[in-house]
Amino acid sequence: MILTNIESVPGKNIVEHFGVVSGSTVRAKHVGRDIMASLKNIVGGELKGYTELLQDSRKQAIERMIGQAKQLGANAIVNVRFATSSVAQGASELYVYGTAVRAN
Amino acid sequence: MEQFLILIILICIGYIGGTIAEMRHYRSIIAREKEFLKLPTVTIHRILEKDAEIKSVKMVQGSAVISVDYFKRILAALINFFGGEVKSYESLLDRARREATLRMKEKALNADIILNTRIETSTIGRNANRRNSIGSIEAIAYGTSIIYRN
Repeated sequence: MILTNIESVPGKNIVEHFGVVSGSTVRAKHVGRDIMASLKNIVGGELKGYTELLQDSRKQAIERMIGQAKQLGANAIVNVRFATSSVAQGASELYVYGTAVRAN
Repeated sequence: MEQFLILIILICIGYIGGTIAEMRHYRSIIAREKEFLKLPTVTIHRILEKDAEIKSVKMVQGSAVISVDYFKRILAALINFFGGEVKSYESLLDRARREATLRMKEKALNADIILNTRIETSTIGRNANRRNSIGSIEAIAYGTSIIYRN
């Protein structure tokens, strides 16, 4: 599965469109990470726990999107976009969407 | 009185720790940015060299969550009262975006160019839904890395 965030797959021709595919996850962090983060908040700097958490969830969202595209019989997803929104305190939704196509 | 003392101590720890951490972070950002000078990262969608043969295409992304220290948070709250430029948050956003871009580049091994780079910022963490507070932000950078055949 080839992913791009431009309108085409460079070096290949798009022969068929399958429409929009998307994947999303809502994740909350656990208390331990939250306590560590609030301690880290005093001196500032990178919150590694949150970075990892968000990366993992984003990977999961991408996998879900790829799963959807595979079901449709696509071999590439173009114009992929990410969106993040916080739905509740301490939980955020990671959303990824794109257009499934067949390219050869 | 005791609460006041705790606040003062927190501000001092925040100021000293935060300044040291920021200096160290900027030093590492600048050093790594020099390494990646040869990898062009652009926001255009097409490759300008028309005769280039493409070997592989891959989407790359990188992200970083950075939080602001206690001293800066209080400083920003003060500035918020009078209005004006909030320098302390500018460096926070700058650090997060540059770090995210660098991580994206690190993932694009051997790439010749990264097309259509997009950088997005979102507020996360406990204060995400409260107004007037930034606290910690996440920056994500993503783009399409291209390797030429040569």
